[in-house]
Amino acid sequence: MRILLRTALWSAALVAALVGTVLASTTVGSVNLDIVTVTRAVLNTLAYPSGVGLESGQFGFGERVVQVPVPDVSYTRPFGFEVAETDQIIVQRIRLPRIALGAVVGFALGAAGAVMQGFFRNPMADPSIIGVSSGAAVGAVATIAFPVAMPFGLQTAAFLGAVLSAFGVYFIATEDGRTPVATLLLAGLAVQTFLGAVVSFLLLRSGEGLEEAILWLMGTLRYSNWGDVEATLPLAVLFFVVLLAYARDLNVMLLGEEEALALGIEVERTKRLLLVASALITAAAVAVAGIIGFVGLIIPHIMRLIVGPDHRILVPTSALAGATFLVLADTVARAGTAMPVGIVTAAVGAPFFLFLLRRREVHAL
Amino acid sequence: MIRLDDVDLSLAGTDVLDGVSLSVERGEFVALVGPNGAGKTTLLRAIQGILDPDAGRVTLDGERVSDLSASAASRRVATVPQDTHVGFSFTAEQVVEMGRTPHRSRFDWTDDTGTVRAAMYRTETLALRDRAVDSLSGGERQRVILARALAQEPNGLLLDEPTANLDINHQIQVLELVSDLVREGRAAFAAIHDLDLAARFCDRLLLLSDGRVRARGPPGRVLADPALADAFDTETAVSRDRITGTHRITALPDRPDRSGQVHVVGGGASGVAAVRALWRAGYEVTLGPVPEGDVAASLAADLGLRTVTVPAFEQPADTERAAARDLARAADILVVADHDTTAGVVADRADEVPRVRANFGDSGLRRTAGDGGETRVVESEADLLTAVDTQISN
Repeated sequence: MRILLRTALWSAALVAALVGTVLASTTVGSVNLDIVTVTRAVLNTLAYPSGVGLESGQFGFGERVVQVPVPDVSYTRPFGFEVAETDQIIVQRIRLPRIALGAVVGFALGAAGAVMQGFFRNPMADPSIIGVSSGAAVGAVATIAFPVAMPFGLQTAAFLGAVLSAFGVYFIATEDGRTPVATLLLAGLAVQTFLGAVVSFLLLRSGEGLEEAILWLMGTLRYSNWGDVEATLPLAVLFFVVLLAYARDLNVMLLGEEEALALGIEVERTKRLLLVASALITAAAVAVAGIIGFVGLIIPHIMRLIVGPDHRILVPTSALAGATFLVLADTVARAGTAMPVGIVTAAVGAPFFLFLLRRREVHAL
Repeated sequence: MIRLDDVDLSLAGTDVLDGVSLSVERGEFVALVGPNGAGKTTLLRAIQGILDPDAGRVTLDGERVSDLSASAASRRVATVPQDTHVGFSFTAEQVVEMGRTPHRSRFDWTDDTGTVRAAMYRTETLALRDRAVDSLSGGERQRVILARALAQEPNGLLLDEPTANLDINHQIQVLELVSDLVREGRAAFAAIHDLDLAARFCDRLLLLSDGRVRARGPPGRVLADPALADAFDTETAVSRDRITGTHRITALPDRPDRSGQVHVVGGGASGVAAVRALWRAGYEVTLGPVPEGDVAASLAADLGLRTVTVPAFEQPADTERAAARDLARAADILVVADHDTTAGVVADRADEVPRVRANFGDSGLRRTAGDGGETRVVESEADLLTAVDTQISN
């Protein structure tokens, strides 16, 4: 039970840190709000799904109109504190969606990063290594360069680009049902390079969308809204649970694939599952936030120094620390000159990583 | 418990295993020996189910490996690889705990501390439990991996060169532990490079060469089998280890081709040195008469030389004298090892054969009486060879 207890304690501590960071971050902005007001407004915003009903939606296929029952989720808000209406709006409509999205994205990237480093047994692995980010970039920049009218068009395109690219890399690297990790790494690198060329080409053709495209490529939470959070959170939670379920298998896989097989792990199936879950959780994050570097690389390294290499504790703590870190970084981004958060994470993350490297805290795996 | 029937397996178009059949039962420690590239590792990988045979069956406790799930197979057989690289600084105890994986459901995160600690106690790794496994020495790490295999609670152990990276003391320690585990009713099948260790610890040896089983059976028989010398492409000599009493094999050095037959009379330190030097130089060497149990007599027996022995503390009987004289007359040159009570018996009667008297300084005395013909006295192996070479080339 030791590992379970340790995981629970560390997770509880990091959840507390995340909550504190979220509240503190919510006070920051052009209008000064005190922490009490913010706490009340945040609690007022909380809602949980309390019932599922069905309402009928209409879908048209040519001349036929089909009545389809659509689930209708009703939410209950348990808290009703007295907060000035403007303050409530600032918190609920402006600051909190962005902070919440930052937390979800950081959570996803932290978890995926911890898994990818273990999967590739490579300290430089991060969630983008199998081509997810470059695929998302192609999707997003293409939508900016050649706009199409559809809701969540950019996010959808980025998500699809990410998933297609990851699966492309996987299929290129797979032969006779086996996917050697080294081949996967190289295929990922080649696909990333190729897609980088596509992105550069699209940037040249993007005309007026150039600035928006570059902001997206740098990673930004500026355009976030509750819709993004509602789309990303369920995916992040779902795939996080999958990754956590395979955390012990991942530990054993670190011994090498043949030894993992000898210890009863269905190696190829486990690899496939870990890849799919990591690719999807990363795609969900990148689609709404752009390419935010270093969270998925540096947070797992730091957590490994603190809690050790066991993925059963490393994956959840990396996810929670990733959430906290990204909220913090985005607060700096918001408070400063409204620069993309990707610049902040890289500017803070890279020197810190170098510091760890020099201290020999981070070494080859 | 481990059984192969007529297994063929090819890798990248090359036949690696060709009609291999074998079985290892509980309570048996079987060694898989053979030269590099014989297919030993491939055979072990086929038993683990990593490689699928092209033909034939691999079964564990009667069920085909290919029909077993990875976790069902790993509950039956645990594998100890040659060396394990563990990244990410897991502690020794965490690595041993991984051995419990096949016994757990996915969300069962309990530690099974009892089983894990018991396995570590058996392998004397309990004191290492909080050490990072990549900071351990090769011997310590191998014992940790063995503990992990024990934590799997398997019926069979597969070991791939378990002692290859170990110091001599740890080699013995690891193999003794495996023997103990076998005596408790497990089956063990180990690819072992070191033939002496294999012969010392295993109940049976199985010689694999070019993908085929060339010899099998008790250690003494397999070591002496001509197929073994053939497989390793070298001459071998099998002897008994004086301390362990088990069989021991020595790969004999390449000998130059020299024509000429030398008969050595007498044993003792000079006799054994003369036999060894002449044999290594490539001569056909015969010996006798020497007392039974004499060092020269045992060397000659190990090398398979024609030898006439006399019961200790007895004078040679007539038949023995005659046999020794025949050998001496057939020889091109006679070497008389000094200070042997039996030496004169033959030397005096084989006057027509040129002789060299060998005395390698094991005593200050030098007997010259009774020498007939042309005798040279040499005091070193090099001088002996020079003298014999000169004599024979004349």
